[in-house]
Amino acid sequence: MRLLRIVPDDTRFDFMRFRRVSFPISAMLSIAAIALYFFHGLNFGIDFVGGTLMEVQTKAGPADLAKMRSTVGSLHLGDFQLQQFGAPNDVLIRISEQPGGDQAQQQAVQRVRDALGDEVDYRRVEVVGPSVSTELLAYGTIGLVLAIVAILIYLWFRFEWQFALGAMIANVHDLVLTVGFMSLTRIDFDLTSIAALLTILGYSLNDTVVIYDRIREMLRRYKRMSMPDLLNVSVNATLSRSIITHVTVAMSLLALLLFGGQAIHSFTATMMFGVVLVGTYTSVFIASPILIYLGVGSARMGGTDEPEARPETPAATPAPSPPSRRVRARR
Amino acid sequence: MLFFTRWKAAAILITALAVCLCAVPNFFAESTVRNWPAWAQRHIVLGLDLQGGSHLLLEVDSGAVRKEQLQSVADDVLRVLRQARIPFTGRAIRGNNVDVHITRDTDVDTALSKLRELSQPMAGILGTTGQRNIDVNENGGLITLAPTEPAITERVRQAVDQSIQIIERRVNELGLVEPTIQREGADRILVQVPGLQDPSRLKEILGKTAKLDFRMVDQAMTVEQAQQSHPSDSEILEGEHGEQYLIEKRVLVSGADLTDAQPGFDQNGSQPIVSFRFNSTGARKFAEATQANVGKPFAIVLDNKVISAPVIREPILGGSGQISGSFTVQQANDLAILLRAGALPAPLTIIEERTVGPGLGQDSINAGEHAAYAGAALVIVFMFATYGLFGLFANIAVAINVAMIFGVLSLLSATLTLPGIAGIVLTVGIAVDSNVLIYERIREEVRTGRTAINAIDAGFSRALATILDSNITTFIAAAVLFYIGTGPVRGFAVTLGIGIITTLFTAFTLTRLIVAYWVRMWRPRMVPI
Repeated sequence: MRLLRIVPDDTRFDFMRFRRVSFPISAMLSIAAIALYFFHGLNFGIDFVGGTLMEVQTKAGPADLAKMRSTVGSLHLGDFQLQQFGAPNDVLIRISEQPGGDQAQQQAVQRVRDALGDEVDYRRVEVVGPSVSTELLAYGTIGLVLAIVAILIYLWFRFEWQFALGAMIANVHDLVLTVGFMSLTRIDFDLTSIAALLTILGYSLNDTVVIYDRIREMLRRYKRMSMPDLLNVSVNATLSRSIITHVTVAMSLLALLLFGGQAIHSFTATMMFGVVLVGTYTSVFIASPILIYLGVGSARMGGTDEPEARPETPAATPAPSPPSRRVRARR
Repeated sequence: MLFFTRWKAAAILITALAVCLCAVPNFFAESTVRNWPAWAQRHIVLGLDLQGGSHLLLEVDSGAVRKEQLQSVADDVLRVLRQARIPFTGRAIRGNNVDVHITRDTDVDTALSKLRELSQPMAGILGTTGQRNIDVNENGGLITLAPTEPAITERVRQAVDQSIQIIERRVNELGLVEPTIQREGADRILVQVPGLQDPSRLKEILGKTAKLDFRMVDQAMTVEQAQQSHPSDSEILEGEHGEQYLIEKRVLVSGADLTDAQPGFDQNGSQPIVSFRFNSTGARKFAEATQANVGKPFAIVLDNKVISAPVIREPILGGSGQISGSFTVQQANDLAILLRAGALPAPLTIIEERTVGPGLGQDSINAGEHAAYAGAALVIVFMFATYGLFGLFANIAVAINVAMIFGVLSLLSATLTLPGIAGIVLTVGIAVDSNVLIYERIREEVRTGRTAINAIDAGFSRALATILDSNITTFIAAAVLFYIGTGPVRGFAVTLGIGIITTLFTAFTLTRLIVAYWVRMWRPRMVPI
C-alpha cells in the first residue's frame, strides 16, 4: 500500500530567511490586533458584562422577529438585541444589564417571560448579575496570566531561560492575534472564549516545545553549525509532524464546527484560527527564529561538528542510544 | 524500549482493561445499574447543559448579617448598662461600631469592665483561637464596641449554613428531583435542579426570607401622628395593598415557634388560607397575649409586610390558628411551604441564573455525538492513509484512550458538559499527535540507515521525551482552567486533563506494547511507514 506523504522526506526549506519578513509582519499584525481591541473592542458576552441572554423557540412556525422586537421593546429594558440563531424559529434575545443591582436582572427576565408568554419554548435562559460578571472577568484574566507564568516556569526548568522567553513571546503573540480575530469577527467573548484562549495557549506551546526539544537536541550534537542552519534543520525535521498533527487537529475541529451545534460554535471557530492558522505559523516563523535574537547558541565555542563520542541523548531520554547513531550526523 | 517482561505487559493490559470497564455502567439504564454492587455503580453525570435544568447562584446578604450583629451588640449594651444602673447617652450604631457615652466619669471603669464581659473568646477547631468576638475601646467616656473581623466571618458562615438547610427544606417541599445545594465561596450558595424548565416559582420561594411575626397593632396614636413623632417602640409597616399600619416592634410570637403550616380554605370554602400550629412555648405565649388583648387588633407580619390585622375576638388557647389574606391557592401553598421550612437568617439574592430546556440539552448531546463520530471517522481514515498498519495501531490506541477517558470520568462520577465533549474531541487530536510524533521519529531514524528494529526503538525513546514535555505544558493549561473555571469551563478542563493523562499512559505503554508485540511476531526487516 502506498502511504500518504503530505510532506516529502528531507525537506530543506530555509525558514530562517523569512524572519526578516515574518517578524515585521507579526509585529504589524500584533499592533493591529491590539488597536482592534482598544478601538473596536470585544463583543463581551453576558458572562463578563452582566445581563440576560434568552434562547427561545417559537412553537408555531418561523419567528416573527419584528413582532417580538416590539414586544420586548415595549418593556423599556434599555439596550436589547434580537437575532435569528440557527433554525428560523430560534431567536436569541440579549438584554443589557439593568441598573439596580442583581435583583433588577431577575425582574427583567420575569417581565420578558410574562410578555412572550406561552408562544415560545425557553431553550436557554442565562442571567448574570453585576457582582458575578466582574468576578468572572477578573478570574478569567488572572487564569490566563497564571497559566502563562506557570508554563514559563516549567519551560525555564526544562530548557534554558531563552527558550522559556521565546516560547512566551511566541504564545503571547498567538493570544494577541486571536483576540484581534475575535474583535474583528465580533465573536461573543465569554467564559468559553477564555477556555479557547487557554487551549490555544496549550496547543501552541505543545508545538513550540516539540520544535524546541529538537533544537536542544541539535545544539548538543552540532556544536559548530551556525544558528540559522541549525534552526532550519530542526524545523525541517519536525515539519512533517507539525503538518500531520495540525491536519488531524483541524479535522477534529472541523467536525466540531460542522456538527457541534451553535453552543460551541464560537469556541471552535476561535480554536480553528488560533491553533491551526496562527499556531502553525508561529511555531515555525516566530518561536524558532526568535531564539537567534535571544542569543541561544551564541556562547557555543570550540568543539567539532562531529557528533561527540559520549551518548548525546537528551537528558530526558532514559534509554542508552545504540552505537549506530554516530553515522548520523553527515547526511 | 521494545522489551516488556510478561508481568509488565500483563499489568499494562489489566490497567487499561480495568479503566475501560469502569465506563460500562453508562451504557445501562439507571434502574439496571441500581442492582449492581455499590462500587460498580459509578457513572458519568450529565451536566445541566446536556440534560436540561436550572442553575441558580444565590448570595447571602452579608451586609444584613453584619447589621443584625451590630444590632444585637447594641441591645446587649442597653441591657448590661441598665442592669448595672449606669446612666449613659448617645447609644448608637456608627459604621461598624456601637458607640455609647457614659454620663458620669466615675462610672466609666465599671461600665468598661461590664461591657468587656460581652466580648467572648472565639472557639476554633482546636480550642480557643486567642481572638475575641468584640473589640471594646474607651476614649474620654466614649465606649466603642466593634465586632471583630473573624467574628463577622463566623457569623456569615453560620448564616450560610443555616440558609443551606432551609433552602434544602424548601426545595424538597417543592418536590423537585435530585437537587444539588452547596456552598460556593464565603457567602454564596449554588442550587442546581436538573430537569427544571421554569425556575420562576423556585426563585420566588428562595427569594423570600419568610420571617413571620405576630405583633400588636399600636393604637396609642394614628399612623399620621406616628409619622410626625417617630415613636421608639413602634414602626409603620405596609400591607399587601399599600395600606399603612402602626405596629409595635415587640414580637408576641415568632415564626420560629411554628411546628406546622398547611394550606386550606376558610369555612365558606372559597378563600384560600394557611392554618398553622404552634409548639408548646409558642402556644403558651400566644394564649397569654390573646388573653390580655381581647378586642384589640394584632398583626401577622411576613418579611416586614402586614398580611392581615384581625381583631382578637376571644383568647386563642389551642395553639393553632389560621392566616387569611387575599391569597391565591398557589400563594397559600407557597406560604405554607415557607413557614414549614423556616425563615432565612438573612435575605438571599439571585446573582446568576442559567437554565437550559430539555430540548436544547438533547440537541447538544446529539450535536456532540455527531461531531465526535465525524471527527473520529476523519482522523481514523487519515491516520490509516498516512501510516498504514501503524496507523491502525494508532487508531486502536486512540480508541482505547477514549474508552479510558470515559472510564476515569465514571470513576470520578464527573459531570460531562458540552465543552467537556469538546475536550474529549480535542484529546483525540492530542492522542493522535503522540502517535504522529513517534512514527515521524521512526521514519527519520529509518532514513539515517538504521535497521527496522533499531529505528523503532530509537524512535520511541526519543519521541516519548518530547511527548512528555509537550503534554505537561498542555496539562498546566488544563489545571489552571480547572482551578479558575466554573461550570462548563471546568467540565472542559476535566476532560482535557484526564485526556492528557490517558494519552501519556497509552503512548508510553499501550502503543509501545502493540508495536513490540508486532515486532516479536513478524521480525520485520522494513518499517512499513
